[in-house]
Amino acid sequence: MSHIAVLRVVSKLLIPVILLFALYVQFHGDFGPGGGFQAGVIFGSGFILYALIFGTAVARRVVPAAITRIALAAGVLLYGGVGVAGIVLGGQYLDYSVLADDALAGQHLGIALIEFGVGLTVAAAMITIFYVFAGQDRGPEDAEQ
Amino acid sequence: MAVTAVALAWLRNLFAVVMLSGIFTLTAAVVYVVMDAVDVAFTEAAVGAGIATVLMLGSLVLTTAEEKVQPRRAFGPLAMVVLTGAVLVYGTLDMPFYGDPSAPAHGHVAPRYIRDSGREVGPPNIVTSVLASYRGYDTLGEVFVIFTAAAGVIVLMGRGRRYRGRERRDAERS
Repeated sequence: MSHIAVLRVVSKLLIPVILLFALYVQFHGDFGPGGGFQAGVIFGSGFILYALIFGTAVARRVVPAAITRIALAAGVLLYGGVGVAGIVLGGQYLDYSVLADDALAGQHLGIALIEFGVGLTVAAAMITIFYVFAGQDRGPEDAEQ
Repeated sequence: MAVTAVALAWLRNLFAVVMLSGIFTLTAAVVYVVMDAVDVAFTEAAVGAGIATVLMLGSLVLTTAEEKVQPRRAFGPLAMVVLTGAVLVYGTLDMPFYGDPSAPAHGHVAPRYIRDSGREVGPPNIVTSVLASYRGYDTLGEVFVIFTAAAGVIVLMGRGRRYRGRERRDAERS
């Protein structure tokens, strides 16, 4: 595997930056372009790059498939849960204004939470789909091992 | 973009096709940036050029890298495509010009979002306000679509069970 030494070194340098950028897009979506969806995709691509370079077996040890499946459902549940919380606190479904004392603060909290849910689900979905594709019998990782 | 599209239809080597479709998507993203739709361009570049390319390559490995050559020229589908394209182009003739302030899309709820979203929702990025708050239901639906897609892949392709079974067999053998 020496011929991909350059790829390994460069991706080792790049992956932390990619993940950090994903977090930036996630939490800066209120002010600049981006949001949960884009952040989830970037976060997922970071892991997929890792899995491509170092093999799926190593990547599965870092992020087991069971965790991505839980995160997949947890994101949707978080989004729906924020909506239900709005009903419990006396508003309508997905009405964030009642989440905090101040309507603007409530909107801010609600948007941050649902964007996090979106990001979680999207990243988990990307990684899950990639695992399933790469885990088939004729996958490239199989051929190497 | 037109050159890329023609090359896409012409090529038989599916690896080159996947790479070209990535280039096509990136060009589309640049077009979106030129039209000031930064959020859309962002998504297009990340999903279209990044994830889609990786998944297409993955399925190439699972299937085959060469398209089957069809000996017969298919004129029926060609006529269909040309007809559909002509109808679409005819439809755009009625559309308002790009950036026309009197376009219907700019007269409906958009002014209210632009005027009131700062006071009602808060974030300076109005796109985020619209997606997450005003159109919260739609975004919830999108998240469900993504969830369903991943769940469908898991159900259809067996959660990589064959891979694990093979790993176990290898372990027993060694």
